Amino acid sequence: MKGRMIAPGNTKGEAIVSPEPIGFYGGIDINTGVVIEKNHPLEGSCVKDKILVFPNGKGSTVGSYVIYGLKKNGVAPAGIINKETETIVATGVILAGIPCVDQIDISQIKTGDMVFLDADNSEVTINK
Amino acid sequence: MYLTNKEEAILNGEQGEVMGRLFRLLTRLGEIYNADKMIPVGSVQVAGVSYKSIGDPGLAFLEDIAKQHVKVKVLTFLNPAGMDLEHWKELGFPKDFAENQLRIMDAFKDMGIVVTSTCTPYLAGNLPRFREHIAWSESSAVSFSNSVIGARTNREGGPSALAAAICGLTPNYGLHLWENRQPTMKITVDANLSYAADFGALGYYVGKQVKNKIPYFTGIPDVNTDFLKALGAAMAASGAVALYHIEGLTPEADLVENKNLETIHVSQQDLDETYETLNQGKDPDIIIFGCPHASLREIATLAEQVQGKQLKKPVWICTSRLMKEASDRMGFTEIIEDAGGKIVADTCMVVSPIEQMGYKTTAVNSGKAANYLPGFCKQEVVYNNMHKLIKEALA
Repeated sequence: MKGRMIAPGNTKGEAIVSPEPIGFYGGIDINTGVVIEKNHPLEGSCVKDKILVFPNGKGSTVGSYVIYGLKKNGVAPAGIINKETETIVATGVILAGIPCVDQIDISQIKTGDMVFLDADNSEVTINK
Repeated sequence: MYLTNKEEAILNGEQGEVMGRLFRLLTRLGEIYNADKMIPVGSVQVAGVSYKSIGDPGLAFLEDIAKQHVKVKVLTFLNPAGMDLEHWKELGFPKDFAENQLRIMDAFKDMGIVVTSTCTPYLAGNLPRFREHIAWSESSAVSFSNSVIGARTNREGGPSALAAAICGLTPNYGLHLWENRQPTMKITVDANLSYAADFGALGYYVGKQVKNKIPYFTGIPDVNTDFLKALGAAMAASGAVALYHIEGLTPEADLVENKNLETIHVSQQDLDETYETLNQGKDPDIIIFGCPHASLREIATLAEQVQGKQLKKPVWICTSRLMKEASDRMGFTEIIEDAGGKIVADTCMVVSPIEQMGYKTTAVNSGKAANYLPGFCKQEVVYNNMHKLIKEALA
């Protein structure tokens, strides 16, 4: 699948897919990478080294710092794939250097799929 | 994207490495979102201030910028810190937390940022103009400035707002452009809206439904900005709403196109069910008001309700330092403190380490706070309006 590059890089990993938007601030623990938002579809899952797939960001504008902090703390996702990346997530992945592509039909990706994310070429490949 | 010669020079590091790095972030965002050019901004609101929120990585990021002696180019205000910056000891904030928080404040001050620490800069001396381009973070302040004032800002992340402050520029895309400020969904409301908590519940419900769309409301009564502050804050927290219009109340509502929109109807039952959803706990350890920061009017209302009485449990109202000073002068602070309550400035319940201070169940009248407290502060939430919560605390 071809999308739009938000932040460059090339990575692969197991997909973890949220059908709901993610607010990083208050949504993901900056020290552990575990999703802590109550009643979120991914509550209790860890995003570390995964390809994190979700439609768009939501909530606090501090989210960019949380993404940056996840990376510095070694618990960041390996890559991010969105339907539509908004400024908060874009700022976070650019600063943190996490490969990110958007404008992808994320309904094609299921949790557990092996995903190759070639952000440099704005490309996503899925291995079922 | 078109860059002037001067901007090209910044990009090439001619105004220093930090300016170059921050301007690269702005140009990258401009490229992603198809900005045609950079535009000057009138003011900035920077989020990502509490040590609890940004941690050691954020602290290091900020100190790295500050030590290179770059200064902001426009009026720049800060979001709440993780503690009351003057009375943190008396209020019981942990010492190691305080030391890191004060280092963050010093870094911002070195950059020339006004260290006011409030999520309501528009009540405290940073008031943009209708149609003024600004670069604000703090989702509730973004919502207020776009919707209630009619200024123009995207939902900036903390670092992109800081970059805009230091460069004095932001890429021209998104909500800076009139065509993107048109509503994309209509919300018809038929429910009793008497308290800020009702607007918080409405905002929480609508934010979940519309996510990042631009709602156009009908059926909202003639209310003051305290209520709109509560509505916008909750919508921005449960969804990603950066702009809303209300028929008859907000400045752009008469100017936008609102026909043939997908419509959601909000009934009294929807609102009642939202109260139930938000109300997860009982018998609160502490009651906290002021999310977003209380206006002087809200502080006065609290003072009126507790005057000459004794509260049976801790009650805080969070506000900006400026409102606190006015409250001191008006005697509201004394009335609230005599009743056993506290006025806490510079911080709020969401960004302060209340879970480390022994609180497990917090009562609030804010849809935004109710959204964040369970995840970020591990609190059970009791949700109700100020009058009912105070009545229970006095009983």
